[in-house]
This record gives sequence, C-alpha cells and structure tokens, in this order.
Amino acid sequence: MSNSDRDPETGISLVDGPVENPDVPSTPSKEAKLRRVKRWLSGTLSQKNLMALTGLFLCFFLIIHLAGNLQLLLPTEVAQWQFNFYSKLLSENIFIHIISYVLFASIIAHALYALVITINNRRANGKRYEYDHRGASSKWYSRRMGLLGTVILFFLIIHLRDFWYEVQFGHLPVDKDGQEDLYTLVVTVYRNGWYVLIYVLCMIALGYHLLHGFFSAARTIGIYHPRYVNWIRVIGWVYSIGISAGFALVPIYVHFALT
Amino acid sequence: MRIQLKIWRQENRATPGQLANYDLTDVNPDMSFLEMLDTLNERLVRQRERPVEFDHDCREGICGQCGVMINGRAHGPLPNTTTCQLHMRSFKDGDIIYVEPFRATAFPVKCDLKVDRSAFDRIIQAGGFTSASTGGAPEANSMLIGHDVAEAAFDAAACIGCGACVATCKNSSAALFTAAKITHLALLPQGKIESRQRVRRMVRQMDTEGFGHCSNTEACQVECPQQISVLHIARMNWEYNRALF
Repeated sequence: MSNSDRDPETGISLVDGPVENPDVPSTPSKEAKLRRVKRWLSGTLSQKNLMALTGLFLCFFLIIHLAGNLQLLLPTEVAQWQFNFYSKLLSENIFIHIISYVLFASIIAHALYALVITINNRRANGKRYEYDHRGASSKWYSRRMGLLGTVILFFLIIHLRDFWYEVQFGHLPVDKDGQEDLYTLVVTVYRNGWYVLIYVLCMIALGYHLLHGFFSAARTIGIYHPRYVNWIRVIGWVYSIGISAGFALVPIYVHFALT
Repeated sequence: MRIQLKIWRQENRATPGQLANYDLTDVNPDMSFLEMLDTLNERLVRQRERPVEFDHDCREGICGQCGVMINGRAHGPLPNTTTCQLHMRSFKDGDIIYVEPFRATAFPVKCDLKVDRSAFDRIIQAGGFTSASTGGAPEANSMLIGHDVAEAAFDAAACIGCGACVATCKNSSAALFTAAKITHLALLPQGKIESRQRVRRMVRQMDTEGFGHCSNTEACQVECPQQISVLHIARMNWEYNRALF
C-alpha cells in the first residue's frame, strides 16, 4: 500500500482491505515469516535455549570422551594397544566424523552466543551500584559462568593444539601393531608437571561450569516439576564431580605412575 | 542509635546523580527503614533542603511500592522482606548504610531513590485479557479448580511487582516477575485458553523493555518479598517452548 492510500493526518488506511477473521489464522507473507524467525533468534529465551541445547550436547560428548580417556588407566601394555585401537576406531567411523562437525559447531555457537548474551546483559544492567553486595544471594560459580567458560575455551585451544592437531596434521609414530601411537604422545605430554597442573586447574573450572550449567540448562528447557528438579540437582552434582574428577585423574595418574 | 547514610541523590532523569552523606544521631531501633528516612526528610525540610524522594504506599509489605538497594542488597540485608518491613534493629549503632535506587536500563531513575517501573505494567498489558467474566461474580462451582492448582496459581499471583528480582539479578532479568504472571494465568482454566499467545507476547514485551537474560542464579528468589519460586521461571520456559509448536 502506498502512502497516498493513507489518511495523511491519522495514517489510517483509506482503502478497504480484506477483513481479518480472527478464527482463521492468515498465512504470513515471506517477510513476516523471516521477521518472526529473526525475532525468535533475538529473543532472550530462545538464546538461552540455544545455550542450553548446545551445552547439553557438549555434556553428552564429555561422557564419551571420558570413556576414552579412562582407558589410559589400564596397565601400560594393554593401555597402549587399547588406547591406540580406540582412537583408530573413532577416526575411521563416519558417524563419529559427522558428530565431530556438530561438536565444533556446538562449541562455537555456545561461545559466540555466550558473548552476545553477555553484551546484551551489560546493556540491560545500565549503571552499576556504588556499593554492591548482591553476591550474598547466589552462588559464586553461577555468576561467573563467563569466566569459567573462558578458562575452558583457553584450555580447549591448548588441548586441540596438542592432541587433535597432532593427530590430524602431525606425523605420529606407529606402535608395534602398526597403529598411530597417540598413547605415547599423551604420556609424553603428561610428563610435564606444569601441564598437569594447568590441566587439573582447568578441570576444576570445568566442574564448576558443569555444576551450574547442567542444572541451568534443564531449567531453561523448562523442567519445572519440583520432583524432577531435585533429581536434576543430584544428577548434576554426580555428573559434574564425576566428569571433572575423571578427567583430572588421568594426567595425575600418568604423571606419577608412569614417570 | 547513630546511623551514617550514603544516599543516592539525583534531581531528575537527565542529571547525573551522586551519593550524599547524612548523619542521623537519634534513630530508634524500632523504626522501620522508611520511618528512618522520614525523620531524615523532616530534618531536610526544616533545613529548607529538598527531601529524599522514595516510593512507598502501604508500609505493611503487600503493595510492592517501596524498594531500594540497601548496602548493596535489594530491600536490605534480610531475605524475603520489603524495605518497609525492614527495621533499624537489623543494623548496628554507628553503621554506614548505602541507599541506592534499583538499577536496570529498563528501570530509569526518576528522582533520588524513585525508579520508573512502568515496564512491568507494559509486560502485564501485553498479556492481554483472560476470558474471565467481568460481570457479577460467577457461580463458584461452575468452574472446578483443584485445591493444589488453586494454591499453586495463588503462589504465583502473590507477586507484588516490587522489582527486587530485577535489581538483584546480575543480568537485570525480569524473568521471575514475568514468569509469575504467566504461570498464575496458565494454571487456571480461565487463563489456559490464551496461554500460548500470552506467553509469546509477554516474553516479547519483556525483551522489548530491555531486560536481560535469566542465568538461573536464583538470587531473585532469595530477595523476593513474596518468596516467588524460581521454578516459575522454568515453567515460563516450558510454556514458551511449547507455544512454539
């Protein structure tokens, strides 16, 4: 409708359009649909949903990853063959390849949306309090998810450089069964005490991140019944401690038992 | 008892504010916090100075009008209390007390400790009407509501809209307020009919007003004078996600 079809004073349409029947939903135009999608993507609840779903997927991935790592706790001879066999098994599986793309996409989306959300929240906060004691009413790790997440991101970069990059683009020696010897690479890296220390500290950050993240994600996707909420809390505690302690245990064991 | 006050003074929206110091020497421990501010204002009026402006109405903890940040906490150091229900016995002789307005971009400071909370009204308005009859009281037994549902809906309806949830939230999120309003109506048969479009509209309005994201820190529940449960937020998320399909 051009501007001449409107009353210049009131802006009300002078042309009789079709009367909308509220009982029959009208089919939205392409632009209207696009607007809806855009609005949905910029909504606070949708953005948190995205954080929750990518976060929960990463939680699931950590279990699979830990299952792989725990094989390093086996007796040395068995561990080397078993670990290298496992890594070969994964790298040859097409399903795992697809999952790895979803995984990278999830990590990037989770980090980017966290940044967007943090910026929006800064804007929503406006002026700061001169005297701020609000921390008394919530847990510190629930307020420091961004910081904990940054530590994990920093860890991921080191972690991917040392292992993933070496497997993908480096030249690994082979073990006596002809498999790429990722085991020796891992053990060599874990000989460095500083590396183990940083690793363990990052796993503590991960533990706190999961402790709030797992429970918060469940809330965000809408689990509201008090009974399930209690289960989620318990599962969250067990999961977070299990994952972070499990991951931290491997380098500590390798460092002190195998050197 | 003697109290040293540091109160945020701001002429209007446009001017920048600052903390001003006031020394009160004759504070009775049984005074409510607002009565203590009243005595300060009486003194300021006698001295021909502009009194400290703050919102208040019922002074019995049910209207939701009063609400300031006291020593960095919404409604002061006690959990689940309104400012008017806080008494000076919660402080010690010689204490320094910081009094600041609730802060959020969606709650602009109007003057001193008064903030504009009309964003909350617009969120409620976005919820639209319910199909409840506004005529004479309907026959109570014509619409059966289980006791548990009625209680749960009333728990949500108890929200007085004071804004402490926003003030205490690290993200200035209005999730607890909006969720309480959404759950209250979504639970009852009168409100269920329009629950899907209501949750979409109210959440959209909440976003438009410039409130932040809910991080589930649960600080709002601690400060809420009506002890509105954070599980209402989860319920809002559930209603919102369901309304998408």
